[in-house]
Amino acid sequence: MEIGLNHYLVLSSILFAIGLVGVMRRKNLLLLFFATEILLNSVNIAFAAISHYYGDLTGQMFAFFVIAIAASEVAVGLGLLIVWYKRHGSIDLDNLATMKG
Amino acid sequence: MFEAVAFYLFAFLTISMFFIVVTSSQALYALTALAAGMIFISAFFFILGADFLGAIQIIVYTGAVMALYAFGMMFFDTTRAVKEKQGNKFLVVGMSTIAAVLIVLIFSAPMLSTNITALYPSVGDIGNTQEVGMVLFTKYLIPFELAAVMLLVAMISGIVLAGKKMDASLTLMNAQEIAEMKNETIKKALS
Repeated sequence: MEIGLNHYLVLSSILFAIGLVGVMRRKNLLLLFFATEILLNSVNIAFAAISHYYGDLTGQMFAFFVIAIAASEVAVGLGLLIVWYKRHGSIDLDNLATMKG
Repeated sequence: MFEAVAFYLFAFLTISMFFIVVTSSQALYALTALAAGMIFISAFFFILGADFLGAIQIIVYTGAVMALYAFGMMFFDTTRAVKEKQGNKFLVVGMSTIAAVLIVLIFSAPMLSTNITALYPSVGDIGNTQEVGMVLFTKYLIPFELAAVMLLVAMISGIVLAGKKMDASLTLMNAQEIAEMKNETIKKALS
């Protein structure tokens, strides 16, 4: 049985759906970050698969830049989370509603 | 044959690991499951012939990002069980719609794009790492440099944000001093 591009795209969409479920149901901001990592990784799988099956390296290049962006997002996001936690003592999303009108 | 076996095995493992990440009520279980899932994803990159990307996936995600998360978890109160969000029907409906549209697009995209040709076709007889280097340092040099600057900015902002009040150790102070410091920061934040 041959594994084609569609197999990888289906896997990528399944992982993306799992990440979206995580974004929907998580209240803790740290676990919300985990869910966004899942989203980025599922897209990386799709990029690598397309790059392989079309014989083009552009997909892998985009995957590299996605990884770089994910790393910097984690650094800045965790810094902000630490500042927020020191100030308010919790990282639940419900306590973040200070701009509610 | 081996490719199919490896694909289904790692697909099952990755999906189950990420399912644990989004459903577990313990933050530590979620962290370890996420690290395992990242390593299983690098297996897909090795199957697809993107060796360099697989190595980068292991080094950056399970080496750097997971270590950062583990470091961040030391600051937060992650031992208690995580409460889940209730309600907010609009978000659920909207995200489900986005997921459904995405799946339809994924299935329809290969039919629409049958005449796509490779922009930078891979040469083949040299290794993947060499090919990646050749494309990255010719066609994608400016994005590469911008990514380097962005990582530098992220590093400095991470140090500046997390390094505040690092001289005061919360474990060595007694409760009264901590309360005083908290009042001080709240006053400072309000002013």
